[in-house]
Amino acid sequence: MISRRALIIGAGGLGVAGCDRLNESERFRSVLRSAEGLNMRAQRLVMARDALAREYSAADISPVFRPNGTIMPSTPEYQGLAAGRFADWRLTVDGLVRRPLSLSLGQVQRLPRRTQITRHDCVEGWSAIGKWTGAVLGPILDAAGLRDEARYIVFHCMDRFGPRPYYESIDLIDAFHPQTILAYALNDQVLPVANGAPLRLRVERQLGYKHAKYLHRIEARATLTDLYGGRGGLWEDTTDYEWYAGI
Amino acid sequence: MDEPAATPRLVKRHRLSTRLWHWVNALAVIVMLMSGLMIFNAHPRLYWGQYGANADPAWLQIGSDGQGGFVKLGSARIGTTGVLGRWTDGEGRVQNRAFPGWATIPSTYNLAAARRWHLFFAWVLGVGLLVFLVRAVWNRHAQSDLRPRLNELAPRHLWREIKDHARLRFPTGEAALRYNSLQKLSYFGVIFILLPLVILTGLTMSPGVNAAWPWLLDLFGGRQSARSIHFIAAILLALFLVVHVVMVVLAGPINELRAMITGWYRVPQPKEAD
Repeated sequence: MISRRALIIGAGGLGVAGCDRLNESERFRSVLRSAEGLNMRAQRLVMARDALAREYSAADISPVFRPNGTIMPSTPEYQGLAAGRFADWRLTVDGLVRRPLSLSLGQVQRLPRRTQITRHDCVEGWSAIGKWTGAVLGPILDAAGLRDEARYIVFHCMDRFGPRPYYESIDLIDAFHPQTILAYALNDQVLPVANGAPLRLRVERQLGYKHAKYLHRIEARATLTDLYGGRGGLWEDTTDYEWYAGI
Repeated sequence: MDEPAATPRLVKRHRLSTRLWHWVNALAVIVMLMSGLMIFNAHPRLYWGQYGANADPAWLQIGSDGQGGFVKLGSARIGTTGVLGRWTDGEGRVQNRAFPGWATIPSTYNLAAARRWHLFFAWVLGVGLLVFLVRAVWNRHAQSDLRPRLNELAPRHLWREIKDHARLRFPTGEAALRYNSLQKLSYFGVIFILLPLVILTGLTMSPGVNAAWPWLLDLFGGRQSARSIHFIAAILLALFLVVHVVMVVLAGPINELRAMITGWYRVPQPKEAD
């Protein structure tokens, strides 16, 4: 006779195996993925376009701001730039713009800036609060002059995961949000290499992996589908993280 | 006294809306619990306050020191090798993860997939609860069946019911058609406290929702506090689920399951000395 306990454990095992099987089905995964669009539309519905992420006081800053992902890009190009304190580094702004830009770190630091004490939420679950200073992205895009077809801003990075360069992208609502900055200082110090020197994105209403580090090029695009894996970011392409990371 | 058990009385016990929601919610809660445990495995530490990462003090940690698994609760350290922190998977490989594969969706480490499951079934859970709550208040199920009465909350009354439960002495006849006060308290607690709490603390972890509704951060005392409360509420829901299933099995699983599927319930007759 099969005991009730064995039956329950057996049913549980079948359930877990069933979930793994479902998870391998492309059609089922696309059903699950539909929640991403729903989450984005729902958040945009209840959130004012310029609603600010919570800003904290100096007393709330994390004693240690945990660096994550790449903490030292391995390419000789990057290490050469870092050795020269990024004197030879340039930020390119191109793509669907009328006036492509090439800015030195000094030029970026003289642009309209913003300082904000905000919370960084990793997709894994941890949070760290830090004080960021950086150039506001909106005026930079205005200076470059976005063409009408531009819908997305792509951030190209100098760190690599195997053969793949890190990249991320956001839409124009987040790109022109007042807290979206290109940060070059963390807690009143020059941005450390582990946290993305010389320049990293802060897009405060989304999770940490959207905050691209080690920036060297910003590109305005009409679509993301024809770039790398087509999902708008390295983690989106390789591990199926959500492109809209507001939750 | 010699009443033959030949004429069992069948009554319509659960409304269609209750039955539908029960099963939709059961599925959603189980998927949320299991995918949630996988998400927890990505960072198996809990904190109080606005921030919290590896360098900050965790009030709960599930981990492995390479020799064995452990749970750290405050300053207490409990060995949990084989169950939590360090365990062997179905193929005999030792894994250093907090919750074991049989308890998570997916069964192997996959944060992206677990989030897809979690954030899809969150809508099933939230919308399902909302529709049920509106319906249950509208048809007075909440007020007349679920709300505990004051006299039912008297300590003496509760104590008697706890003793009856412990002796597996279940109500019969008309008394079996009403929820007793322990049932009322647990159903009311799950529907009106735990489920809303788990949903609101889940939303508080979203940086987008934080911008839209910053009061949530103040309500729960910060994102990491919300994450801790989310986990505690989830564990309480899991405990409810276990006790609930055990009680169904003890009370007569066929009759109880039929009642929650078809609505029809056979009224248990008092057992006479036979």
